[in-house]
Amino acid sequence: MATEILSGKVHVQTTINGEQVDFLAEPRESLLEVLRDHLGLTGAKEGCNNGNCGACNVVMDGALVNSCCVLSVEAAGASIETIEGVASPEGLHPLQQSFLENAALQCGVCTPGFIVAAKALLEENPNPTEYEVRWWLAGNLCRCTGYDKIVRAVLDAAERMRAEA
Amino acid sequence: MAIDTRVAPKIKHHDEEYKVIGTRPIRHDGLEKVTGEARYGSDINLPGQLHGKVLRSPHAHARIVSIDASRAEALDGVSAVITSADLPDPGDKLTTGGEAPGLPVKFKSANMLARGKVHYHGHAVAAVAAANPHIAAEALKLIDVEYEVLDPVLEVWDAMKPDAPVIIEDLYTAKADGTTGEEPSNVAAEMLYEVGDVDAGFAEADLVVDREFTFGVVHQGYIETHNATANWLKDGHLHVWCSSQGAFTIRQELADLLNHPITKIHVVPMEIGGGFGGKTTAYLEPLAALLSQQTGHPVKMAMDRADVLKATGPTPGGYVRVKMGVTNDGMITAGYANLAFDAGGYPGSVVGAGCRCVFAPYNMPSAKVEGFDVVVNKPKTHAYRAPGATHAEFASETVVDEICRTLDIDPVEFRLKNSAKEGDWQLAQPPYPRIGHIECMEAARDSAQWQTPLETAPGKKRGRGIASGFWFNIGFTSSVIAKLNSDGSVTLLEGSTDIGGTRTSVAMQFAETLGIPVEDVDPIVADTDSVGQTDVTGGSRVTFATGLAAHNAANDMKDQIAEGLADLWDVAADAITHADGTFSANGKSASVREAAELLEEEGVFPIGKNTVTPTREGGAFAVHIADVEVDEETGKVEILRYTAVQDAGVAIYPPYVEGQMQGGVVQGVGWALNEEYVYDDDGHLLNASLLDYRMPTALDVPNIETIIVEVPNPGHPYGVRGVGEVPIVPPPAAVANAIHDATGLRMSHLPMSPPRVQAALAAQA
Repeated sequence: MATEILSGKVHVQTTINGEQVDFLAEPRESLLEVLRDHLGLTGAKEGCNNGNCGACNVVMDGALVNSCCVLSVEAAGASIETIEGVASPEGLHPLQQSFLENAALQCGVCTPGFIVAAKALLEENPNPTEYEVRWWLAGNLCRCTGYDKIVRAVLDAAERMRAEA
Repeated sequence: MAIDTRVAPKIKHHDEEYKVIGTRPIRHDGLEKVTGEARYGSDINLPGQLHGKVLRSPHAHARIVSIDASRAEALDGVSAVITSADLPDPGDKLTTGGEAPGLPVKFKSANMLARGKVHYHGHAVAAVAAANPHIAAEALKLIDVEYEVLDPVLEVWDAMKPDAPVIIEDLYTAKADGTTGEEPSNVAAEMLYEVGDVDAGFAEADLVVDREFTFGVVHQGYIETHNATANWLKDGHLHVWCSSQGAFTIRQELADLLNHPITKIHVVPMEIGGGFGGKTTAYLEPLAALLSQQTGHPVKMAMDRADVLKATGPTPGGYVRVKMGVTNDGMITAGYANLAFDAGGYPGSVVGAGCRCVFAPYNMPSAKVEGFDVVVNKPKTHAYRAPGATHAEFASETVVDEICRTLDIDPVEFRLKNSAKEGDWQLAQPPYPRIGHIECMEAARDSAQWQTPLETAPGKKRGRGIASGFWFNIGFTSSVIAKLNSDGSVTLLEGSTDIGGTRTSVAMQFAETLGIPVEDVDPIVADTDSVGQTDVTGGSRVTFATGLAAHNAANDMKDQIAEGLADLWDVAADAITHADGTFSANGKSASVREAAELLEEEGVFPIGKNTVTPTREGGAFAVHIADVEVDEETGKVEILRYTAVQDAGVAIYPPYVEGQMQGGVVQGVGWALNEEYVYDDDGHLLNASLLDYRMPTALDVPNIETIIVEVPNPGHPYGVRGVGEVPIVPPPAAVANAIHDATGLRMSHLPMSPPRVQAALAAQA
């Protein structure tokens, strides 16, 4: 994807939650910064800025990534899914509904990252074991819940999604 | 494993039945939090805003010889640089509000921007405002600071020595007898608590166990970093958006630190991404305000994770000694404890609370506890969930376990025999009201885990441990303003920031009292201009105190509705009865909704309100059981199974009571097994990242089984006890006692990290 340097900034064309998005960014800015500070998509959070907490998780070209560790210019030509794109006009994603019903959030700041990560898991493995859920989500830190209700919510959502499939 | 959606067991010691309380509605703020729409502090961006960053000390202890910011100020895009010279001199003012009022404002001010000296690695020295965060970061590198490096003092036992370097030259010990020390000292305060005759108590004992314990510094580890955005208008009005545990506390601190009238300060509480005691004080808010004042622009500041770990308020490391005497038949005769906690770079650790908790689960004829608040070259420490209690009760519950082993008494039986109960003494507090330690212990004894023998495996070292925990809970002040809308719904304004579902636990109490569905209540966390005084979300107080304010506000609204209906129905207001949400008199009746419609036609819009400062918070007990496996080769301890039992008084919102219990357990397990600040000899923090300061992940813990016990608190209309803090107290001792059961080792330092356990195993062999 061609990019153009404009007064020290790079013109990046990308697709976010299914819509084409153009932005100008300094090459040193991370994808997380662009999402939050330029595009107003503040659902992804900065918890560590070095890939250890997962609060900034987005999916880029089908892969779960920490958007704090992706340079914004790397998003050129990519397709990005953020927490803002998880619910549909028809309603919440089963994971979102399950998080609510299972009380799988407390402060909620890690929740977008967990939901994005769990969605990526269930797309790859619709019937995970508790261990597989815990293994997959080990890249996401939650300090409030002790993980119990999050793990139950993901297993519950997986069951609902299999029933609907 | 199949999904387990069972509702966790609840053991009721009362006959009350409620319509709303005890149910499991979806929390009111849930939708925004699962869609990413909820607005946390860092999610705000104002037109024309600048970005601020803080320059931090590379030294643990040094005099600041000079600061030259001229190169930074000359950088394109830099608008202002501030140092402590830009802050007003606080004089001898003392702090008000927050969790620890009564400390000199000068210390808080100097902690925010160093005055003359830096007291720890990461101490703020200067702050800049620039067009974007990257330019601000570049500018920090262009500020030239000349330091005269001094010897650091890192541990309390070193800092208390008479020849230790004194960190604060004009600090004199506040002694327990009310006198003041004569020489400058790192010991800011000494305290003494005494009940009965301990010498006589120990003389009566058949067995005395006397052990010492040490602790690393741990951080609360909230996932959201500190942030603040300020807009100082030209007429002096200051607007601040932040994620703090208490907007009113931040407002008070801004007034104290900036010497600015409180009426001109407006603090907007944004959603908060965890706090656990670490977000009860201002770090960035005053800096953002000053930078905004100087530049005429809004200024946004956010810490990075290294800043958070280096320079906010972790909870103390330190030292605890516990000595207990018992008779051969297992009755405690005396307890003695000595606690010395890191205050960090300025006075004010949580050692006093630790002192008062150390023997709290037990009734004993005599006890003596000494405490020391010690300044060291580490960040100024703060509260962390049941502050001080975890250290103290790790020590005492380990000693209790050793006593039980030595006397061959069942640890449950021992605790039941010696348990504190209603009417027994508490240190520096009135005697206990009705409490639930015995009921928790019985529930633990009867739990599935305790009743199931530990599964052994060939060649594996496995063990089981049990421990009790106590935390006071706190009342403080809370306010609620509830407006009846014309459709019978209620908009409920409260001042308590909601860190884990308290909008709903408060709304549930309001709904119960007024007799309406909880879905008809819309709870809003309001800013400091829009609701009455409300202290921090801390001390496990929100469901207790703000819930009480909601109950009182609902009663106020009930009275106003009755008065309105009395005029319409031409009866006396006190002739109107209220039951199950229906007002009745003289054969007429109206639901809340019908009443709202009737009153609207009369131009009557009831507003129920209440501000309350309750003092009968009741106290909270927990009993935890841990099964562990110790890897002999690596020293790694794995949690195999875990049960947490807790007296919630009455659990208003059970899924979130369970959530507090489970979250507290996992924080406690992290503290027990892994988390610790690592310093080099010069006082540099070596693990200021979430890779190296490693908190438990989902893979490190099992599901946490919960049992809620309900022994109602007589000091609350619905029997509420705070639930947020006590679940962090028992885990380190429960795990340590399990490690002993598995290996025969008594671990005396937290964390019981793999290298320490491995070394202890090697020494044992």
